[in-house]
This record gives sequence, C-alpha cells and structure tokens, in this order.
Amino acid sequence: MRTASSLIEFAKRVSGAAPGRFFTGLLSVMLGVFLWEVLSWRFTPLFLPSPGLTLQSAVELWDDGTLIQSIGASLARIMAGWSLGVLIGFPLGMLMGYFPFVRRLLDPYVEFFRFIPPISFITLAVIWLGPGELSKVILITYTTVFIVMINTIAGVVATSELRLRAAAALGASRFKILTTVIFPSTIPSMVTGARVAMGNSFLTIVSAEIVAAQTGLGSLIWTSRNYGKTEWVFVGIITLGVLGYLCDRIVRLFVKRTLKRYAVAV
Amino acid sequence: MASISSLPPAGAEIRLEKISIEFGGLPVVSDIDLTVGAGEFVCLLGPSGCGKSTLMNLVAGFVPAAAGLATIGGNPIDGPGRDRGVVFQSTEALFPWLTVQENVEYGPSMRGVGRAERAEAARHYIDLVGLSHAASRFPAELSGGMRQRAQIARVLINEPSVVLMDEPFGALDAQTREVMQAELDRIWQATRPTILFITHDIWEAILLADRVVTMTAGPGARLKTIAPIALPHPRELASPEALEIYRELREGIAEEVRRTLQAQGLDRGIAA
Ligand SMILES: Nc1ncnc2c1ncn2[C@@H]1O[C@H](COP(=O)(O)OP(=O)(O)OP(=O)(O)O)[C@@H](O)[C@H]1O
Ligand SMILES: [Mg+2]
Repeated sequence: MRTASSLIEFAKRVSGAAPGRFFTGLLSVMLGVFLWEVLSWRFTPLFLPSPGLTLQSAVELWDDGTLIQSIGASLARIMAGWSLGVLIGFPLGMLMGYFPFVRRLLDPYVEFFRFIPPISFITLAVIWLGPGELSKVILITYTTVFIVMINTIAGVVATSELRLRAAAALGASRFKILTTVIFPSTIPSMVTGARVAMGNSFLTIVSAEIVAAQTGLGSLIWTSRNYGKTEWVFVGIITLGVLGYLCDRIVRLFVKRTLKRYAVAV
Repeated sequence: MASISSLPPAGAEIRLEKISIEFGGLPVVSDIDLTVGAGEFVCLLGPSGCGKSTLMNLVAGFVPAAAGLATIGGNPIDGPGRDRGVVFQSTEALFPWLTVQENVEYGPSMRGVGRAERAEAARHYIDLVGLSHAASRFPAELSGGMRQRAQIARVLINEPSVVLMDEPFGALDAQTREVMQAELDRIWQATRPTILFITHDIWEAILLADRVVTMTAGPGARLKTIAPIALPHPRELASPEALEIYRELREGIAEEVRRTLQAQGLDRGIAA
C-alpha cells in the first residue's frame, strides 16, 4: 500500500497541477465523498452503499483479480478500437477535407451514420463479427472514426490560407502541400477529436459489455445486480471515471511531449 | 534606371497589360499597364483598399485576371511558382511547426535538394539576414523583425527572379524598420532580383525604389503616376531632391485618400 503522502505526490504528478490548485480539487473531492457518506447513513447498502463499503469491496475485487481483469478487458478493447479509429479517421478526414470529390463521395454516409449511436450496432456487430473481442473493438473503432474524421475535416478547412499560399509560392506541389502544410495544421483538431473520441469510447464500451460480454467493467457493473452487490456497481463506475481521467492525462502528456511544435492546446 | 550594381540583373521582367481583377463581378483594379524591368525595384503606393495586395496576388499567381495579360519573363502567369518569391505582410506565413532553419530549408526540400546541401544553403541565407544565432528557434520564439527576416531568407534561398513584398515592414517599430530597409537594400544590390514592393510609407519607397508607382482609389483602381527615383544607393533621405519627391508623392496620395474617404462618406472635417 502507498502512504497517503506518496499518493498525493503521485496524484500531483498525474494531474500536473500547481499545489494550490491541486488542494482545491482535493478539498472538493473530499467534500463530495463526505456528502456521499452522510447520505449513505439514511439508506440501505443495497440502495446506496457507503464510501467505506465501496472501498472495502474495491479491495476485495482487486485481491481476487476481478477488478484488474475487468479493467484489462475494457482497456484493451478501448485501446485497440480507439487507435484503429484514429488511424483510419485522420487520413480519411484529411482526404475529405482536401479533395472536394472525396468529400462529396463520402458525405452522405458521414452525415447519415454520425447520428446513429454506436451501441445500436451491437446486435449487427455480434451477428457479423461474433460474440468475441472483435465486435467490441470494431464498435469502438466506429465510435472513434467519425469523431476524429469530422474534427480533422474542420482542421483542414481551417488551414491558414496564407500558409497554403506561402507553400505554393515556395514551389510545393499539391501533394506536398497536403503532407507538409495541411497535415501539420490539422494535428491540433485531430487531437481534440481523438480526446473526445476517447470519452465516447468509454460510453460505448460499457454499453457494449453490458449487452454482450462476460468480461470488462460494463459486465462487472451489470452482473453485480445478480448478486445484489450495489457496491460493486459503485466500484465499476468510479473505476471508469478514474480510468477515463488517466487515459486523457496520458494522451495529453504524450501530446505535450511529442507534438509540442504543432501548438496543440491541451 | 538607377542601377548601381556591377552584377548582371538576375531578375525577370514583370509585364502587366490591360489587367483587370474582379471579386464577385465587382472590379477591384482596372486597366493596369505596368512593366517592371528585370532587376528593377518598384514600389507600389496607394490608399488603403485600392487593390495593391490584389495586384500583387495576381503576379504571385494566387488570383486570376478578369481581363488582360500578365507575364513573367515573357511567360504568362499560371498559378504560383518558385520563380516568384512572396514575402507576406503577416509573419503568420511562416510555418510555426518548423524552426527558422527548417522554414528556410522548405523551398529547397520541395524540389528535392539533398539534406546536407540545403542545410548549408539555409545557413548561408540565415546568415545573410543576420539570424544565425536563432536558426534553431521556432517562429513563436522570435521578435517581429526576426520573423520577417526569416521570411525573407526563406524566399531568397529559392533564388526567385521576382520578389513580391507586401508591406513587409509595416508591423515593425521605426528602428527595426530602418535596419531592415538597409538590409533589404544591401541584399537587393547583391542578388538583383526584380522586386515589387508594397508600402504605405512614402519615405520607405524613396529609400528603396528605382520607380514609385501610385494607384488611384478603388473600386476599379488604376495607376495614377509612375515616378523614377534617380538617386544613388545607399540613399540619403535628408537631401533636397528626396524631399521634393516626397512632397509630390504625398500630395498625389493625399488626393486619393480624400477621394476614398469621400466615397465612404467620412470626409467631414478633413480639409479639401
Ligand atoms: N477575397 C476577396 N473577396 C472579395 N473582395 C476582396 C477580396 N480580397 C480583397 N477584396 C477587396 O478588394 C479591394 C482591394 O483589396 P486589397 O487587399 O488589394 O487592398 P490594398 O490596397 O492591399 O489595401 P491595404 O493597403 O489596406 O492593404 C478591397 O476593397 C477589398 O475589400
Ligand atoms: Mg494590402
């Protein structure tokens, strides 16, 4: 077990916040937990388990390996699906943004599918791809592709006319302009899209796991019902929140380290 | 023409014949006839909004002509090309994700010049504009004057036969501007491209140009006067000749500015 102070150290490093701001946040969280505690005195654990009970079951679930296995299953699906989605959505968005023909070709599909929640495809995904990992991964990919693509298109369209002209006057071909001016100009909006897509991937994966999985945090939350273990539901939900936050921090850290020159605001 | 340089001109002739440019059916400039000789330095003066940038954009190949013929070294202009370097008014035109060195190397790398060769060329031109100490910095880490110098180096490395400059020093403070003007004069003397230079600063025009061209107020702006500046380089602005040229140019432009303001109904309180 970590000591409290090293935990704070760790949290500070992860959140990257100044001490003052960090403690404001910490205070706010403590207040929230306190309110939760007070509320839990008035209800049965089945209706609202206390923070203590939730923490205790979290430790139990951790010790018997359930929690880590659920985290691993959900994370693996999100990472695989999300990465694939970014890898597909980014170039597709670039091509759609740059070539009006490609845009016109794909626009009907984009405009149609972007309004359909990914989870409505879970049945089809299972029928076509089987009940295994692939259906869940592809669903996350689907979630990610459209968000990244639409953000990337917006980035391409917003590329500075001045820089496009500068490149052309310096002798860049149309293709070179795409790779050397539009591509770097688009990175900030692509990153924004990727981060939003990461959040949506968490939404999708839980729904998908509730409907069609034996493992993962969604499945953990859903099956807790069968055992009358409301505190497990809480453990699952809180884990999701923390996991999402950590994933976003890691993406931001990565972006800050490697994409600094592209002026990505994170 | 007041060419002092002993080097043969490296520039190409810009020829505009009966050029008109329109935006959405409305004429911006009409019936422009102008020839800028090879290696000549021509300044374009005129009231704000008369179409100076538009005319330059035509020469750069960014906008088409509605009528007339525009040629560079005898060849009709058809889109942008590296034979015409453009120094934009805004240094936003630099690529912010590239260092000064990388920005300057951009042109050569586009035409496949090898890594070592283009790095060396870039060092030469960065040195020429006095930015060697800042070669590895990003544009955001430079002052306005340094950015503008980086932009100039990025254009010169391509050895364009025509350099188009749109108020390149407009955003600089007076001292930096003076240094930059002297630098530009020196560089032009040394490399001799044809330069078309837009400015609002009459003294700047007198300091740099072989000829100063003024434009009338738009819409449908035309050329108003073309005045040769037959003074030797580097120029002394305190001379009586320079002052006389200044007076004439200022009177001509003031008339056009009044006309612009009248057209906009803003002339009240301005002495005619
Ligand atoms: N893309 C465009 N679409 C429509 N009108 C335009 C466009 N670009 C310029 N104009 C119009 O053309 C006219 C000339 O503009 P231009 O930028 O060439 O003026 P300018 O002489 O460079 O002015 P300034 O000295 O203020 O830079 C202006 O009235 C402007 O509103
Ligand atoms: Mg202008």
